[in-house]
Order: sequence, then C-alpha cells, then structure tokens
Amino acid sequence: MTTSRGNRDDLPGTQQLLIDMQGVRKVYGQGDAGFEALRGIDLGIRQGEFLAIMGPSGSGKSTLMNLLGCLDRLSSGSYRYAGIAVERLNAVQRSLLRRYHLGFIFQGFNLLERTSALENVELPLLYRGVKRAQRSSMARGALAAVGLAGKEANSPSELSGGQQQRVAIARAIVSNPTTLFADEPTGNLDSVTTAEIMNLLTHLNRERGITILMVTHEDDVAAHAGRTIHVMDGLIERDSARNAGF
Amino acid sequence: MLANAFLIALREIRRNLGRAFLTVLGVIIGVTAVVTMVTLGQGTTMAVKSKIENLGSNLVMLRPGAGFGPRAAAAGVPNFTESDVIAIAEQIPGVAAIAPLRSNMLSTIYLQQARNTTVTGTTIDYFAINKWSLADGRFFSEDEASRGAAVAVIGNTVRDELFGPDDPIGRKLRIGSASFQVVGVLASKGQAGMGDQDDTIVVPLTAMQRRLGGRSSARDISQISISAADGVDSNLLISEITALMRQRRNLQSNQDDNFSVFDTRQIAETLSSSTRMMTTLLTAVAAVSLLVGGIGIMNIMLVSVTERTREIGIRLAIGATAREVLWQFLVEALTLSSAGGVIGILLAFALCSVLAPMIEVSFAFNLQINLIAFIFSAAVGIVFGFAPARRAARLDPIDALRHE
Ligand SMILES: Nc1ncnc2c1ncn2[C@@H]1O[C@H](COP(=O)(O)OP(=O)(O)OP(=O)(O)O)[C@@H](O)[C@H]1O
Ligand SMILES: [Mg+2]
Repeated sequence: MTTSRGNRDDLPGTQQLLIDMQGVRKVYGQGDAGFEALRGIDLGIRQGEFLAIMGPSGSGKSTLMNLLGCLDRLSSGSYRYAGIAVERLNAVQRSLLRRYHLGFIFQGFNLLERTSALENVELPLLYRGVKRAQRSSMARGALAAVGLAGKEANSPSELSGGQQQRVAIARAIVSNPTTLFADEPTGNLDSVTTAEIMNLLTHLNRERGITILMVTHEDDVAAHAGRTIHVMDGLIERDSARNAGF
Repeated sequence: MLANAFLIALREIRRNLGRAFLTVLGVIIGVTAVVTMVTLGQGTTMAVKSKIENLGSNLVMLRPGAGFGPRAAAAGVPNFTESDVIAIAEQIPGVAAIAPLRSNMLSTIYLQQARNTTVTGTTIDYFAINKWSLADGRFFSEDEASRGAAVAVIGNTVRDELFGPDDPIGRKLRIGSASFQVVGVLASKGQAGMGDQDDTIVVPLTAMQRRLGGRSSARDISQISISAADGVDSNLLISEITALMRQRRNLQSNQDDNFSVFDTRQIAETLSSSTRMMTTLLTAVAAVSLLVGGIGIMNIMLVSVTERTREIGIRLAIGATAREVLWQFLVEALTLSSAGGVIGILLAFALCSVLAPMIEVSFAFNLQINLIAFIFSAAVGIVFGFAPARRAARLDPIDALRHE
C-alpha cells in the first residue's frame, strides 16, 4: 500500500508533526456521574498522512475525532495542531482554526436542507469573505472535482446519498483545508457508493496532499488508508505505524 | 461582515419561506390592528372636539329630564314654557342672549325632491348663540318672528339635497303641511362626528307653533339655549338657573331636578371621556392582537429551534464564529419583523382611508403610533427570533450538531 505520507526514511521526530496529542483525556459529565471516554491518548500525525481510526462501538472514536477537529474541548492533556496549542485557544480562535485549516465530513452529511448544492459548497467561502464571482467559481470547481458538475442547482433532497456526501466533501475541500476529518463518511452508503467516495478521498490525499483522518468500522474502507489505529476503551490499542517499525 | 450577515440571512429566509411568512404575518396583524384602532380612535376624538367647538364656547343649555344626550327625551318630563324663557332673561344676571327651541323631524318637499329634516322653531338670538353665519340671503327678521311669518333659513345639506343647482332664496318649500319661503342659507359647519349639523331648517318659533304640528299646550319648548355674557362664571349661571327653575316648577327639596342645565364644557368632558374610553378599549384590543402576533412568532421560533440548532452546529463546524451566527440571526429577525411592520403600516393606512369616511371621522396619519408599532414589532422580532439563537451559538459545535 502506497501513501502520500512521504519519505519513509524520515525518522520520527525529525519532521515537525502536524498533529501532536499527549495524554489527552475526555470526560463526559461531572463528578461521580462523569464518564471517561478517552483515558490518555498519545498520537502524532504527519502532514499528508491518511489515517483510519477503527475500534468497537463506544470505544471513543468519535470523541477522539471531535477533539482532533477542534469541535469539542479536551478535559486534560495537550494538543498541538501545526504547533498551535489548541487547548489554549478560545472559541473564536478555534472557529478560525476550523475555518482556515480544517474540513469536515459527517456520517449524516449535515448539508443545509432546501439549499442548492452550490450554495452549500459556498458556505465556508462566505465566512472567509471570498468575493461573489470567485466564490461561485471555486464552488463550481469543487463540485466538478467530486464529479457533480451539472448538479449545482440540486438541493440535498434531489440528490442520492452518495451525491450528498460528495457535496459535503466538496464543501469540506473548497477552502483548501490542511486536514480533512471524516467520521464514518461511508456509514450511510452502499458498497458501490462507498468505493466511489473512498477513491475520491484517496485521490484528494495523493494528489492534493490533504491529510485525512477517518473513522470507520469497515476493513475495506480502512484499507484505503496508509495507517490505521485501533481504539479500545478510550485508549489507542494498536497503531499500524508502530507495527511497521516506528 | 455586515454585508455578509445580510447575504447569509437572506439565504436563510429564502430557505425557510413558510416560517418567514408566518413570522411576518404575526407582525402584520399586530401592527395593522394597533395603528388602525388608534388612528380611528383619535379621528373620532377630533371629530367630537370640532363638533363641540361649533356649538359655541359660552353656551349654556336647559333641557327637560336629567342629563343630556338621547336619554334626556324621556317621556313624561315637562317641557318649558315661553314664560320660563322670559323669567330667565329678566331675573338672571349675565345672560347675553337667550333662545327657546322647539325641534321636530318633519318631511320637506321642493318640487320632486322630498326628505325628512330636523326643523327648529326659535327666535333670532338662536343664530348668534349657536354661531351660525349666512352663506346666502338673510336670517328672518324680528318682525317676521313676532308675526309668525312662514319664512325659513335652511342648512347647507338641505340646500344641496332639495334644491341642487337652483338658487333657493325666495323659493317656496313645503314643510309638513305648510308652505315656507326660503330667505337664507346657513354657512356649512361640516360633518362633525355624530350627525350632520347642516341638515337643518330654522323657522320662527311662532311660525312653528302655528303652522307645524299644532300647539297642544303652552309647554312646547324642548330646549332653551343661553349664551353667557363675557366674563360670567358659567357655573354660577348654571346654579342660578337651576334654582330659578326648581322654584318655577315647584320642586320640593327632597325632589330631584326634572330638567338639566349644562354648558359646552360639560358636554365636551362627557363626550371626550367616552371617546377616550373607547380609544383606550380599542387600543387594549389592538395591543392584545400585537401580543398574540408576538406569541405566534415565538411559537414558530421555538418549534424551529431544533432544526436551527443543528444548522448553527454546521455553521460553527465550518468555521463561523458565534458572533457571526448571531449577526445572521439578528439581521434575519430584524428583516422579517421590519418587513411585517412596514406592510402592517401600509395596510393600516389603506384600512383607515376606507373606514374613516364610513364612520365619518377625519383620518390623520399619526407618526407617533406608527413609530411605536414599528419599534414594538422590531423588538418582538428580535426577542423571539434572536433569543433562541443566542443559546445555540454559545454551544460547542459538536453539541449543537448533536442537538435532537
Ligand atoms: N455527549 C456525551 N455525553 C456522555 N457520554 C458520551 C457522549 N458522547 C459519547 N459518550 C460516551 O463516550 C463513549 C465513546 O463514545 P463515542 O461516540 O466516541 O464512541 P464511538 O467509538 O464513536 O462509537 P460508534 O462506533 O458507535 O460511533 C461512549 O460510551 C459514549 O456513551
Ligand atoms: Mg462514532
């Protein structure tokens, strides 16, 4: 399996890590009723990696993903994204980090209903203050890149599940993020559509060098990734990169 | 940034047209109701005021029965006699002019035209006391009054309705079963609220007594109008007249007055207090409808909170800040409620222009109430549209996304 992870000869630590988590814990609830969903995660990811996160239901995959994507706050530990101490950022700074560096794909697509594909894809650009003409051409470009040229005017209800996920991917990549976060992106899709979406993600990883972090239950899906970690009871139980000799 | 908020808000409105429509409708109903009610209420008050001003300012009236208004015509209450008039004129100081009145609704005919009009028999002082002036011709003379000559001074409405384009002066007019010659036309006092003051014919009292409706008794004066001399305290005048009339009617100290004396100020107070009450009532009704509109808006907003919270989650995940999301909601709420406010005001304007002539009041655009209604509608929009969004925008994006 080839990845765009880059040069295997690079030694760990010599290259600046894009993502660097140390001793991350996440507790839901408070006091005795609190539940520790993550119990000390150490994770380093380099620019350009394609990482699959696997593990049984309830093991903490989504929790980890949301922390990595700055959608939620850690309870303790440290998290550096491109050298930025994320745990010290305030809500506005986290928003800006997401706006300029991160893209998201969800299992349930999370598109705006009754809104055309084009306007859905334009949304991140609106918050970036991209001018009208450029906004429209960038959004059309992103839709074309995911194979949806001609469907610009369709609203989510007028698209198939696979097409909706492509719109979501177009929305995530339209602003050229460094990292794409995908929580079970194919969880609602059949096997043929799943293969299409995975090819698309692989393409984005290889050709554009976008770092991709993806949660999945399926081995076939995980097989597209260059590295797989297994989460179990809030801890990383296995990491293919370590098995490979790191 | 603000332009962006506008763009996003407008897309959001377009996306949820049904919800937007209901919100705007709530504001429209409230604003239209309030502005219409208050405007018409004030029109009525103004009409009443101008009617009272037309009555004359230092006018004192004596009527049978207690109080004034329609109730005064209660059956079995004795009218006044001409000697009552003379007694007041001679015994009460401060009376500048005094006129006995006897009024009847009678049929009037000129050529092919016929209609019923209030015919008043009186003396020439009546014109001065009630501030009538002439549009054409003359009042009847002292001599005609004492002779009981069949002459009539007609109001503007009577002239228009009966004579049309013809010059009425010198023409013969049939009133009841008698023929009268028109000698003058009164200058119009206009449509002032309740009833048309120009729909009137004035004839000498003696002519009325002799020629119209027969004279059943000497007690045939239904009203005595008095104008007070300048500088006379009308309250004093009223109490003196009351005392004199009680004595003339042999009322014992334990008996109530079976007549009433009042001046224009009292009429003004009674009428304006009743129109004020009506206006207050209407305003209360209108305010309730504004509130109901507001509750409707709140309902719509609360129902859509689940959907909106997830939408906010999406926006936050994509990189919007809480502040940007709030601006969007603020602009959206303001746009909808001001649209409702403007439409409501226009609708109220249209409604008032149609209704005001129907209830015979003048319609004046009232900036103040329009502003108040508009600001209130904007406030309703902000409070109910914006408040639910405030909470959602403060959530962590993942909590907003997970919201069920
Ligand atoms: N908001 C929350 N409040 C309380 N507990 C939570 C919350 N979110 C997740 N949990 C708990 O944390 C644990 C990990 O949840 P998480 O959603 O990360 O699991 P997952 O690995 O993504 O599972 P799945 O494969 O079913 O999606 C679970 O036991 C879950 O019950
Ligand atoms: Mg999950």
